[in-house]
Amino acid sequence: MAIVQKPAERKPKFENSSGIEIKRVYTPADVADLDYMRDLGFPGEFPYTRGPQATMYRARPWTIRMFSGFGSAAETNRRYHYLLEHGQTGLSIAFHLPTLLGYDSDHPRAKGEIGKCGAAIDSLADMETLLDGIPLDQVSTSMTINATAIVALCMYVAVAEKQGVPASKLRGTVQNDILKEYIAQKEWAFPIKPSLRVVVDMFEWCASNMPEWNTISVSGYHIREAGATAVQELAFTLIDGLTYVEEGVRRGLAVDEFAPRLSFFWDLHNDFFEEIAKMRAARRIWAREMKRRYNPCDPRSYTLRAHMQTAGVTLTAQQPLNNVARVALQALAGVLGGGQSMHTNSFDETYALPAEQAVTVALRTQQILQAETGLTNTIDPFAGSYYLEKLTNQMEEGFDSYLERIEGMGGMVAAIEAGFPQMEIADAASRYQALVDSGEQIIVGVNGYVMPEDDPGIPILEIDDSLEEEQIARLQDLRARRGKDYLRALESVRKAAFGGANLVPPILEAVHAYATVGEIMDTLREVFGEYRDPGYF
Amino acid sequence: MDGHDRGAKVVARLLRDAGFEVIYTGLYQTPESVVTTALQEDADAVGISVLSAAHKHIFAETARIMRENHMEEVVLFGGGIIPPSDIPWLEQQGVRKIFLPGASGPEIVAFLKQAVAEARAR
Repeated sequence: MAIVQKPAERKPKFENSSGIEIKRVYTPADVADLDYMRDLGFPGEFPYTRGPQATMYRARPWTIRMFSGFGSAAETNRRYHYLLEHGQTGLSIAFHLPTLLGYDSDHPRAKGEIGKCGAAIDSLADMETLLDGIPLDQVSTSMTINATAIVALCMYVAVAEKQGVPASKLRGTVQNDILKEYIAQKEWAFPIKPSLRVVVDMFEWCASNMPEWNTISVSGYHIREAGATAVQELAFTLIDGLTYVEEGVRRGLAVDEFAPRLSFFWDLHNDFFEEIAKMRAARRIWAREMKRRYNPCDPRSYTLRAHMQTAGVTLTAQQPLNNVARVALQALAGVLGGGQSMHTNSFDETYALPAEQAVTVALRTQQILQAETGLTNTIDPFAGSYYLEKLTNQMEEGFDSYLERIEGMGGMVAAIEAGFPQMEIADAASRYQALVDSGEQIIVGVNGYVMPEDDPGIPILEIDDSLEEEQIARLQDLRARRGKDYLRALESVRKAAFGGANLVPPILEAVHAYATVGEIMDTLREVFGEYRDPGYF
Repeated sequence: MDGHDRGAKVVARLLRDAGFEVIYTGLYQTPESVVTTALQEDADAVGISVLSAAHKHIFAETARIMRENHMEEVVLFGGGIIPPSDIPWLEQQGVRKIFLPGASGPEIVAFLKQAVAEARAR
């Protein structure tokens, strides 16, 4: 008898971020139950595992959409023109924190924050400057804004009207995903229930006025960045999506009136195969769940389209140029996962908002993937891989298990109120940190392959503090110049908030009358109240 | 004014697990409210996480209010997305230590144990 001693493996057990055990090798036995037509289908066909469109990148590669915004509206406008001239195909607007939270630049809480994380937008006047010279009938625009999304959307529509472009011609997305704010990103304004009402007001208004606008981008990104595993990202996000659909239906909307305009947003993290499996599983779950619950007529109601962004949390301050490689690999996973648009992070983002050179490298990374690698020539090339199909199934099982638990709690709103997703994420983040601290998880340049630290030697974007005074002066000048119409408009906002009429028309009127973001949000906060951080940890 | 709480929560748990009593204030605190909590709880240290780029204002203002309240023995530290070139300035304002991305748990615990012991000895 011959005994062959196999070399010992590096560790007793191999796992991915979601705690799924990874086997040494996968075989046909792992996918014996896989039924091609039932579980995969062709691209553009139910259950969309292989992709939401029949031709995918062979028809048109994914949209390169770099999120940007900083400083004043005028500075950001210059960055947009720069990106459009360099081949970017869609705009993506970052707002500074006071705008995101609904405070004007002269509010005491805004001190030190003006223009730091995005463009300072206090009123329609700033939005006009931000979008100056950009033909809104020709670009698609994504606005990353949630608690104050309704105000931003109205401002965008108002600028378009001034350009002579009707709302019906506008293409783009507003993030508008308030549930993940309570779960992860924490940029909220009102308590959960009135917040959901505002979201559904937007679904309703856009259904009849903005047929090409994505009214929500249900976001896993922030959930993942807060420390969630891939399965948690998948599950919490899709359950959020199902919750929004349920709210829309409860309002009396037909599923096919609004569900086709829902889009999703995934994080592209480090575990290459897990990310691809996550995106494939997401499409299949969405198709199955939507069909099972509502049986929509319009296939777009159960087709999941997704934006993607490489994982900011994986970037390191140490040896920052290594981040270029991380971003490229994460982006590669996103392409193989079949997403529709992408933002690639810049290598300097652990220090500050990206400087121009770093943004250009990130943009070029996507252009290299599109032009040089052959990736765009065929669709879903990993289909049929024993490992990937098994992993896709396991991601779906992970979703099923969370769905059961959350439905058992009475649904996502009740689960959030109980702090369930928040604690699951905080637990996962702590487990990950423990793996890093023990050296079980190596991060190159941080706890492995460390080099003596010196000046990172990269240019860092500085945002001038003088902007604060300028922005406040602009705001106060606007308040002095505008007429009194805004007061009447704010009164209409208050009435609608109390009475239950759709909030979009009165907010659009208020925006046109140059009511500020802070004034509109204060009016709503008076009616709806404010959410407070329960501070679970 | 910054919704990022992953780092703050991980550090809060680390310190709790290392034997510290941790009061986590939750998000959206102002320098005034943080110092008030620290006074009420008789805290030995105040930790602040800033990822919004407003770190200069927030740390300087917190340090100033702490001085006003004669909290010289209370250790002020923090972390976040902070350009290394800003650290010397922050230290001049009274911040004892800034941890950048990649700082390890044991490093933070060790720093705080020593800093608090030194401050108490004074």
